[in-house]
Amino acid sequence: MPHDHSDHPHALLPPDPALRVKALETILTRKGLIDPATLDEIIDIYQNKIGPQNGARVVAKAWSDPAFKARLLADATAVVADLGYFGRQGEHMVVVENTPEQHNMVVCTLCSCYPWPLLGIPPGWYKSDAYRARAVREPRKVLADFGVTLSDESSVRVWDSTAEVRYLILPMRPAGTEGLSEEELAELVTRDSMIGTGLPKVPS
Amino acid sequence: MTRVHDMGGRFGDGPVVPDAEGAPVFATEWHGRALAVTLAAGALGQWNIDVSRHTRELLSPKDYMRFSYYEKWISGLADLLVQTGVLTREDFEEGGAVQRHPLAERKLKAAAVAGALAKGGPADRPSDVPVSFETGQAVRTLQISGNRLVEGGHTRLPIYAAGAKGHILKLHGTHVLPDSSAHGLGEAPEPLYAVVFPASELWADPEHPGDEVVLDLWQSYLEAV
Repeated sequence: MPHDHSDHPHALLPPDPALRVKALETILTRKGLIDPATLDEIIDIYQNKIGPQNGARVVAKAWSDPAFKARLLADATAVVADLGYFGRQGEHMVVVENTPEQHNMVVCTLCSCYPWPLLGIPPGWYKSDAYRARAVREPRKVLADFGVTLSDESSVRVWDSTAEVRYLILPMRPAGTEGLSEEELAELVTRDSMIGTGLPKVPS
Repeated sequence: MTRVHDMGGRFGDGPVVPDAEGAPVFATEWHGRALAVTLAAGALGQWNIDVSRHTRELLSPKDYMRFSYYEKWISGLADLLVQTGVLTREDFEEGGAVQRHPLAERKLKAAAVAGALAKGGPADRPSDVPVSFETGQAVRTLQISGNRLVEGGHTRLPIYAAGAKGHILKLHGTHVLPDSSAHGLGEAPEPLYAVVFPASELWADPEHPGDEVVLDLWQSYLEAV
């Protein structure tokens, strides 16, 4: 497995990516190794059931309940599992908190590691070369691509997900949200605010 | 030296183009298929996550750069299926003979998907390797990033963080060592730490004096300062 080959087997499949996937699916199905209904089920789960609404619920609860927040920051894996969020690509969770002094951002420079049970499948930009290359070196310029400007008083801590630990950012609760329910707060929590490339919405 | 995937800090990639929050999870139908075929084939149990990552890294630099994200997945999967002997090159050339495969009984069934995803694949393991560093301790990463067991092998110390001085933020426990696990050399679990580095240790022109980068690094990537 360590050896380099100049004749990769993938080159035997059709070059068009849609046809390449189809060819592989067909071969594996004919061999009895995969089932198209299984593929439909996997796609349905990540399209419709697991997504950033899960993380938003965790954030809203942390904004509402100081004891929950303290437990979440101390042992996120167990705490989010109690809410039903665990499994593939979320086996080891850490939640880090934004403060007026420190903004946090998550990247995976080596591939595309991302907390699937809480945020779902990563968006295209998270997996792009531009984000992977630049987020660690010039986080403020990357934030500018998202329309976010930080104050000069705030430092940035970028978390490069190089192991099987997955990171979720706990953004700061927006001003003017006193008295909102957890459900209402969750509506303000964007996916990007939990990656650290955005800020939560402010109530209109 | 590392490989083409190790791009942290690189110049020249242009702007990041954000997607709308409500954009489709899969931009096109085949993206979802590519992800699902990869996960379903992984469930046959013939490789682990480190092997699968390394296979994508073994794409030639030319292919790695021209392939879109899910093209890397699907091409990596094709290569992996042949490397592990699940399929042969002839299967690709001839479209696959219609005969029952010995691994067919391991096929992931639709009803088992939710349970398999919920189970996941934890990477923490008991380890005999004593913990060498404590929180707050100064450490330096290896001067040269690279797999010490296999030439050109898998490693998770990015080149931009090689030879950098930082300090231990947190011990995550003891985790499978990808440098070993990606090459069938055993899981070799050892302590894994979050290590924090000042941006000025990593970049010639950091944006702000207070900026930092945190990486998760195995004990064998680190030396006491």
